Amino acid sequence: MNLKTKYGGWSPYLAGALLGLLAIASVYATTQLIGKTNYLGTSTTFVRAAGFLEKVVSAEHVAANEYFTKEKVRVDWQFMLVIGIFFGALISSIMDKSFKFENVPPTWEERFGPSIGIRAVGAFLGGIVAMVGARMADGCPSGHGLSGMMQLSVSAFVALTMFFGTGVIVAKIVYKRRSS
Amino acid sequence: MTIDQLLGLITGIIFGFLLQKGRVLRFDKQVGAMLLRDMTIFKFMLSAILVGMVGINLMSDLGVITLSHKPMNAGAVIIGGALFGAGWAVMGFCPGTSIGALGEGRWHAIFAIIGMIVGAAVYAELYPFFKSTVLAWKDFGKIGLPEVTGMPKWGIIPMFWAAVIALFIFFEKKKL
Repeated sequence: MNLKTKYGGWSPYLAGALLGLLAIASVYATTQLIGKTNYLGTSTTFVRAAGFLEKVVSAEHVAANEYFTKEKVRVDWQFMLVIGIFFGALISSIMDKSFKFENVPPTWEERFGPSIGIRAVGAFLGGIVAMVGARMADGCPSGHGLSGMMQLSVSAFVALTMFFGTGVIVAKIVYKRRSS
Repeated sequence: MTIDQLLGLITGIIFGFLLQKGRVLRFDKQVGAMLLRDMTIFKFMLSAILVGMVGINLMSDLGVITLSHKPMNAGAVIIGGALFGAGWAVMGFCPGTSIGALGEGRWHAIFAIIGMIVGAAVYAELYPFFKSTVLAWKDFGKIGLPEVTGMPKWGIIPMFWAAVIALFIFFEKKKL
């Protein structure tokens, strides 16, 4: 088995297995140091980020909102984890020179052309729908996909099936090349 | 910075580093999986699950950590999961990978990130409505596969390993 891929980077099996070790270490470390078992997850941070931004406009509105009150708008362990992902990816991509400014991803360009505007609208609308779904399902591919599956949670198996099943159908419709 | 923030930051940096090294942050890898042409993200994710599953269940058995299942709220997980999948296909990132993609220079991920922050705000506004509808339909609670199937977890885990390894062999044979 090749540990390096032909485009640089590591074998996904190796990088994934190391992520598994990180998940174990993280669960142990949070239990020992914070006194609470924290599992890897990212999507609640988007709720907190929305709360912080809304607070600038109307702090009362955020304080009165049931969901923001439930999830607590604060910079917690997970918020810093999400910020860390940015820096980890930045460090790794600079180290192996795979850092690249990309305007439009190739697969998108094949179907919708090089327009940044169209890509922006697609990503923005997709983002809204995806996050409403992730919050409703109470997790994303990190919280359900990784952490939930590792714990053999029933909700994780159902969520991941729905994520991917719907993704396959929608991707087939959206990226289907026009027959010319 | 508090200890939990520092711990989160360090964990996140390693998380982001591994996501980038596994090359799973890319739009093309995520959409490639949904188009059934490139299974890199599944190789990565399932490898992490195989390793993590053993360690986490072992630590839970030893009483070192506690498991924390997310509730199997049927309407929420099924409808929310479908919405997520639909948005994911168009956006080409999930919440964690969008941040990492920005880190490796794929700056168009910013539009996805802004969309997701708006989506979170939308959800917060609609929460009372969802709470009385979708979230109220049927909640099976925080359940794990061992309780549902009646099988011991150390019976399920080897079966899961065998199934995933068979899938990996299939991916490699088909060059996916």
